[in-house]
Amino acid sequence: MKQSITLGQYLPGESFLHRLNPRFKLLSLALVLVTLFFVKTLGGMGLFLALLILFSILVRMPYSYLLRGLKPIFYIVIFTLIIYLFFTKGGAVLLRLGPITVEEAGVIQGAFVVGRLIALVLASILVTLTTTPLALTHGLEFFLTPLKLIRVPVAEITMIMTIALRFIPTLMEESRRLMLAQMARGADFETGNLFRKARNLTPLIVPLFVSAFRRADELAVAMEARGYRIGARRTRMREETVSWRDWVALAASGALLAAVIIAGI
Amino acid sequence: MSQPIIEVEAVEYVYPGGDAETPALAGIDLTIAQGEYLAVIGPNGSGKTTLLKHFNALLIPTAGRVLVDGYPTAVEENLPLIRTCCGMIFQNPDNQLVATTVAEDVAFGLENMALAPAEIRRRVAESLRTLSLEHLADHPPHLLSGGEKQRVAIAGILAMRPRCLLMDEPTAMLDPVARVEVLDTVRQLHREQGITVIHVTHFPEEAARARRVLVMDRGKVVRDGPPQAVLTDLEMLHSLGLQGPVAAELAFALREDGFNPPPGIIHGRELVEFLCSSGPKH
Repeated sequence: MKQSITLGQYLPGESFLHRLNPRFKLLSLALVLVTLFFVKTLGGMGLFLALLILFSILVRMPYSYLLRGLKPIFYIVIFTLIIYLFFTKGGAVLLRLGPITVEEAGVIQGAFVVGRLIALVLASILVTLTTTPLALTHGLEFFLTPLKLIRVPVAEITMIMTIALRFIPTLMEESRRLMLAQMARGADFETGNLFRKARNLTPLIVPLFVSAFRRADELAVAMEARGYRIGARRTRMREETVSWRDWVALAASGALLAAVIIAGI
Repeated sequence: MSQPIIEVEAVEYVYPGGDAETPALAGIDLTIAQGEYLAVIGPNGSGKTTLLKHFNALLIPTAGRVLVDGYPTAVEENLPLIRTCCGMIFQNPDNQLVATTVAEDVAFGLENMALAPAEIRRRVAESLRTLSLEHLADHPPHLLSGGEKQRVAIAGILAMRPRCLLMDEPTAMLDPVARVEVLDTVRQLHREQGITVIHVTHFPEEAARARRVLVMDRGKVVRDGPPQAVLTDLEMLHSLGLQGPVAAELAFALREDGFNPPPGIIHGRELVEFLCSSGPKH
């Protein structure tokens, strides 16, 4: 039962990306993603993807992890491609199957959108692979800070995210245990169609919720006992340092954005 | 005896929505001195945990008052001070660890105290060293054993430099090995750092480790004394549905069978000494 559950697919390491300050990393990611939406041509998209792949090789990201990260969007990519191929018309007819045609514009547009989709996920994966969920949370907190002005409890939201990260593995372990307990009493989680399976999950979901609420209650008391008070000033053990790397990353992403806008590709 | 760290004056407590006829605490007077090792035993629902929660202001008395280090718990401004002074360990080791790594969790209380980051790191390292947990600093809590989790919880409290450790059945969910591991850690902290320990427990053997035992029943303290006196009063314990330590129970049975063990036996070691010295002489 004691297997490690990786969240956000963090891959421990010491690469250039690993050592970036999470704030700068997130900001650079944002710039890269914005750049992505300024790219107008299929050639530009190809160049962009090539750059991304070249970069991931440079920082020595194992490609197996990148592929695994891309797996969830596989069906979306296929679906998008089909829609574009068959429903976008214009240019030369490349293929004719009775009344259905595949035309040049469809192929170009389809490839372009799929390229954008892949680049989008790839860039994000590069960040999640090299940043611990906790560092990500702290990075996000920084960008949410302005919301404090309109009375959004940013520190509390970050605390909620941290606690969620802490308890997801615990609850997963518990659900596995509950599942075994129910299976020992003859519950069936494996056969039947989707609806039946979903219905069979009820004896799992109900006790899991009950226990999650009990945990939440106990945790709240424990946090209070350790001096946590909502709205009180807190400090952080971890200090995020800013090095030359961070400025390089930020400048490079900014330059990329400028180059794409100026070149108009 | 040194200064009192906790003073309880005529405290009554009724849970919100509870029946005022049967309060959870029904008039308790108690003084606990700095450096004591106190065990609290009693049947389920006797108010042990409720009393403990008064000692770091998780609960505020309905009537009467509780002073921690001289500060009344009912005053909101005293809360940070009181919670730094009295740290609390709970029964379920899983539900008191907040952060995603051991080191971050130990830092949690210190972050609440708004200490400087460098000071937090220093104290976290020190606390982990005291409890021999350095090698686990970067582990996520869910990969630790029960005993390790409980020791991380203690490290988190210890880093806040408390003067008093409140423990609410900290070993109830642990296996026997982990139980001893946690109890020995606590005893070491008590001896070496002079931390006051208040230990609510269901196990008579654990109560026997204390130097003062409190027996509670229906919201009242019914007995207060050294373990040698309290834990050997088996008639009283049995009448409350409690048991004495195995050694005390055995000594009692031996006495009924006409043997004559010395009074005040609560540890197995003492009973062994008696049995070996009074065996048939050849």
